Amino acid sequence: MRHHLILRVITKLLVGTIFLFALYVQFHGDYSPGGGFQAGVIMAVGFIIYGLVFKLEKAKAVFPPWLVHKIVALGVLVYAGTGVYSLLVGYTFLDYAAIDPHSPVHGQHLGILIVELGVGITVTGVMVAIYYAFAAHAPNLKDEDW
Amino acid sequence: MLIITALSVVVTRSLFAIVTLSGVFSLLSALLFIRMDAVDVAFTEAAVGAGISTVLMLGTLALTSRSERGDKKTQVAPLFLVILTGALLIYGTVDMPHFGAPDTPAQTHVGPDYLERIPKEIDVPNAVTAILASYRGYDTLGETAVVFTAGIGVLMLMSGLARRRREDEDDKEGPS
Repeated sequence: MRHHLILRVITKLLVGTIFLFALYVQFHGDYSPGGGFQAGVIMAVGFIIYGLVFKLEKAKAVFPPWLVHKIVALGVLVYAGTGVYSLLVGYTFLDYAAIDPHSPVHGQHLGILIVELGVGITVTGVMVAIYYAFAAHAPNLKDEDW
Repeated sequence: MLIITALSVVVTRSLFAIVTLSGVFSLLSALLFIRMDAVDVAFTEAAVGAGISTVLMLGTLALTSRSERGDKKTQVAPLFLVILTGALLIYGTVDMPHFGAPDTPAQTHVGPDYLERIPKEIDVPNAVTAILASYRGYDTLGETAVVFTAGIGVLMLMSGLARRRREDEDDKEGPS
C-alpha cells in the first residue's frame, strides 16, 4: 500500500491512540465497560492495522512472532498463577483476598486487575498470532484484485 | 435491519461483500445490545465481531477465491431443517419471561444478591467486571484457556500449511 498516503498518515496518528485506548479499557475495566478481553482485542487491532497498512514485516519487527507466541501462554500463566498463589498462601483457588490478607476488598481489586491483565495478554497474543498466521500465507494482492 | 442484512448475506455471491455485510451485522447487533443496556457485551461484539473477525475473514479470503462457487439450486431438506429449528427456537422464547420483567429467577435470586454483595466484598463500580473476574473467576479462566487453545490450534494448522507449501516448492525446484 505504498501509494495510499492518507491511509498511512492516518494510521500513524491512530495507532498510538488505539494502544492508549486499549490500556484505558484494560485498566479502567473496574469502573467502565470493558475489561481484559475487549482491551486485548483493541490492542491486537493496533498491531493488525499497522501490519495491514504498512507491511507485515514492519509489524513483525515491532512485535516479533516468537514474542507473540510466548505472550499467548504468558496470559494464561498469569491468570492461573494468581489462583495457584492463593492456593499456596492458604486460601481457595482464585480467592483474591489472598493477595492482601489485611484488607480483602483491596485484595479483590488487585486480583481483578491481575487476572484481567492475564486475559488481555492472552487475547492480544492469540489475535496477533492468528493474523500473522493468515497474513504470512496471503500473496501480495494488488488493490484492483479486491 | 438485522434480517435485511442476513438475507443479503444469503443472496450475495461476492465473498468480499459477504464479509463486509457480516461486519455490518455485528455492528447492528452491538447496537441491539446497547439498546438492552448490556454495554460490556456490545463492546465485545463491536470489537470482536465487527473488527477482528472481519479482518481475519478478509485474510482468509486472500487465501481462497473471491466469489462463491457452485450452483445455487434450491435444496428442500436444509430449508426444511432451518425453518424447523427457527420455529422451535421461537416456540422456546414463548416460555421465556419478558425483557426486563422483575419477577424472573435471575432478577429475584442471583442479580440482587450480587448487587448487594459487590459493594461490600469487592467495591468495584462495574458489577459486570466484578462478577466476571471474581465470582465467576473459574469461568473466565476457562474462557481464557479456550482462547489460548484456539490460538494454538490455528497456529498448528497454519504452520503445517506453510511447511507443505515449502515442500511443494522444493519439489518443483528439485532436479526431476
